Amino acid sequence: MASLLGDAPRLLNVGVSGFADAPSAAGASVLQVEWRPPAQGDRGLGLILAALEDDADDPLGARTAAANAEAMRRLLQARPVLEDVRPAREIIQALQDRTLLHSGPPIEWSQMCGPMQGAIIGAIVLEQWATSPDEARALASQGQVGFVPCHHVGAVGPMAGVVSPTMPVVVVRNAAGSNVAFANLNEGLGKVLRFGAFDASVLDRLRWMGAVLAPALSRALHAMDALDLKTLTGQALQMGDEGHNRNVAATALFTRAIAPSIVRTSPPEDAVAVLEFLASNNHFFLNLSMAACKVGLDAASGIDGSTLVTAMARNGVEFGIRLSGTRDAWFTAPSTVPDGLYFAGYGPADANPDLGDSAITETAGIGGFAMAAAPAIVRFVGGEPADALDATREMQRITFARNPDYALPPLNFVGSPTGIDARRVVDSGTAPVINTGIAHREAGVGQIGAGIARAPLACFEAALRGLAGRGDGGGGV
Amino acid sequence: MQLRPTEVVQAVVLPNTYRDSVELMRLAAELEHRPGVRRAGLMLATQAGRAVLDEAGLLTTDVEAAQPGPNDLIVAVAGEPSAVGAALGEAKAQLAGSAASTSTGAQRGEPPPRTIAEALSVAPDASLAIISTPGAYASAETAKALKRGLHVFLFSDNVPLEDEVELKALARRKGRLLMGPDCGTAILDGIPIGFANAVRRGRIGIVAASGTGLQQVAVLIDRDGEGVSQAIGVGGRDLDARVGGAMMLAAIDRLGADPDTHVLVLLSKPPAPEVAERVLGAARATGKPVVVNFLGEHRLQRDAGVVRVVTLEDAAVWAVAVARGDAAPPAPVLAPALLADAAQASARLRARQTRVEGLYSGGTLCKEATLLLTERGIPHRLLDLGDDEFTVGRPHPMIDMRLRSEYIVQAAHDSSVGVLLLDVVLGYGSHPDPAGELCVAIEVARRAADEHLVVIASVCGTPSDPQGLATQIDKLRAARVIVAPTNAQAARLAAVVLESNVREEVRA
Repeated sequence: MASLLGDAPRLLNVGVSGFADAPSAAGASVLQVEWRPPAQGDRGLGLILAALEDDADDPLGARTAAANAEAMRRLLQARPVLEDVRPAREIIQALQDRTLLHSGPPIEWSQMCGPMQGAIIGAIVLEQWATSPDEARALASQGQVGFVPCHHVGAVGPMAGVVSPTMPVVVVRNAAGSNVAFANLNEGLGKVLRFGAFDASVLDRLRWMGAVLAPALSRALHAMDALDLKTLTGQALQMGDEGHNRNVAATALFTRAIAPSIVRTSPPEDAVAVLEFLASNNHFFLNLSMAACKVGLDAASGIDGSTLVTAMARNGVEFGIRLSGTRDAWFTAPSTVPDGLYFAGYGPADANPDLGDSAITETAGIGGFAMAAAPAIVRFVGGEPADALDATREMQRITFARNPDYALPPLNFVGSPTGIDARRVVDSGTAPVINTGIAHREAGVGQIGAGIARAPLACFEAALRGLAGRGDGGGGV
Repeated sequence: MQLRPTEVVQAVVLPNTYRDSVELMRLAAELEHRPGVRRAGLMLATQAGRAVLDEAGLLTTDVEAAQPGPNDLIVAVAGEPSAVGAALGEAKAQLAGSAASTSTGAQRGEPPPRTIAEALSVAPDASLAIISTPGAYASAETAKALKRGLHVFLFSDNVPLEDEVELKALARRKGRLLMGPDCGTAILDGIPIGFANAVRRGRIGIVAASGTGLQQVAVLIDRDGEGVSQAIGVGGRDLDARVGGAMMLAAIDRLGADPDTHVLVLLSKPPAPEVAERVLGAARATGKPVVVNFLGEHRLQRDAGVVRVVTLEDAAVWAVAVARGDAAPPAPVLAPALLADAAQASARLRARQTRVEGLYSGGTLCKEATLLLTERGIPHRLLDLGDDEFTVGRPHPMIDMRLRSEYIVQAAHDSSVGVLLLDVVLGYGSHPDPAGELCVAIEVARRAADEHLVVIASVCGTPSDPQGLATQIDKLRAARVIVAPTNAQAARLAAVVLESNVREEVRA
């Protein structure tokens, strides 16, 4: 008999589950779609979403598919190489006059959260634009200092993410393209600038990092083979790291790789101090990981019509995302307090809303998306090891690809879900999951817990409207 | 609903808890069965949902105050306080449990897909999507499915006409079928979809803008020993002027090119005239014999390979004859045994019982019966209980017999009603035992009318249907229902039963 449905018919059932019964009984294979209204019930946005669906026979549908394919090709083929460590002002144009970088989307001083204001005060004193914290605060509130998001200059920074002109940044080059990305150096835990602390111990450490740590790393890098950060990350994912909240394996691998060159190119006291610093800082690799993710996502940015998410970042007040197809536009919504476990004596009332550029890791397919690789994370964020596997599986629903460079052993070496498709987020109502630390809302107290944050769906809805509204068509059936 | 002094109403809001309407109504019915529970309602907090709960006296002020949104679920129960609390607990437990996947083909440990795009990454070889989401969202889902190259069976109604026009244009561009909106039935490659009967595969192709019309013709073809190659539903509005018969034309093209389809049967309510011409022209152009039933034709017309018939039964009978290369089939007549039953029944009626009360689950069957009774001048009220006004917050009468049972019992108290006319539709998707359920109400009605009530039914089904055709007919006969072989004959029989009473009344 001639066939309308094909030889081994496979049907999708979208809606009332009972409709699967008749065709199943007749021998067809029926896959139930657990449907719920897309776009949180907004019919108009649902129609915009439908117009963006892949369709080779339609200009908009074809362009979306082609744009996403190109964006993903660039992301997956990116090769982040750690090239150097340099003072920020030597390579970031925007830091020539009194300007500071910060994490997340743009924000004014008066709106900033406690930890970010504290970090800015510390940075102003470090740069000697003021001689005391009070003077620094006055300078900032009077508009005497410029504030630019790290993301705007190809940089990323965890937590407050404040970078000042004399602070060292790592330089990560995309060997498969030509762009570079930057990140500051990780100070360690406890009283640190990125949580808004700015006392003498904090500034002393930062000065040591600029004067001793950074040059030592720079000399070591110039005397060794190029350090491929993607390879290192891939190895770490098979050792229990996820690349955002657990970085100990990657830090250890990095230290092992660079140690001989440090010893060869630095005076012994410096070498010892640097190696001791690396040995005591389990999160040192985080900043390198972030820059590596940033360089790949930047390479995939600016492709007309692409719905790939190229940034997720928080400034402690707002959560912002960017899409490849809308390049530099931010789509923001209020940042929320993560859900997790608190250190003794602290609770949700003390918590600052989610903060930092470190969600760039999830944007590139690691961190919370690779949680299956790090079941031990549940000891810090709560839940059971099976939840870690479920989190990664859930993220498969909203991503384009399984990253061949990030194989996850607990899931039979399937590649980490990589490349967030804003369409899928809005269609399924599945928000990206982020593994994150929780900061105290007051400057300088530090980390008070760790947990899971969800990117606000409103950001992705706004992003699709923004993409559709660029005269690209969209809207209507 | 008047509450007793000891009774209370309690409601909870479950945030972000979407379940389909069928599941919610089933759960409500279950809760209402519990002792001490007076009424239960589970609805999404859309405007419409809140209105339904309000109507039922189940919308509490604390739920209103919580300002639930359209993705939040309101569970409300009225009754004795202890029973209400337990019922709410039971509802929450069942809803939590029903979040688990029941899908076939899902990989172990993988959550079930939530979108068509996700489903296609799991099953890239899928060829058709069955869509039964609420109407407001059906257009977007249909567009996505068509763009990804799937055929679509669209059961949802309340889809805007402009959307239907655009979606059918999209379907034509993609070379795919969009069956619907408001399509209840299809049988593709022998696979039943929606409300469909188990019929033999064979050489007759059916294209229908009507669900129960398709079902009636298909089961009669099967009864007479022929079979169906493809039965393609196109949705109730397809032959309207604006839609222009888009899908019927596409289906005619397909069946025209299908070597296994030897005869085309086209079914619809009367199309816009220019659409009828286009459709008939396309059908003729296939070079295959065509049998057409546009409901409301008054006489048989034959014209160069196209036969236009009066009833659905005629369509089936002609299709079978043409498929076999037989000469024109004799017009169906009421069998002598049936006429004898009618005469006996007629004798039981009182003089003032002059009208038919029809209670239908199939819209087309209802319309057909209405036309036949009108033609014969028999007073009647035929209700299509599947119509929107009856199905808000209620399951469709093909699935649930309660509303019809209520109307059946009521009819017995109306002294002008002489004949109760029913359709019993079997097949996949329908109630597992419609005859059994209806007979309970029929017996009650009969007693209430002191046996002065004639009940006539036709059963639309096949021996292979889950309910079993013979079993269903036996149950009806045991309740002394006169069972006619087709809907058209049932209507004509009703006319025969009431003829003399009607004539007497006219004379008087």
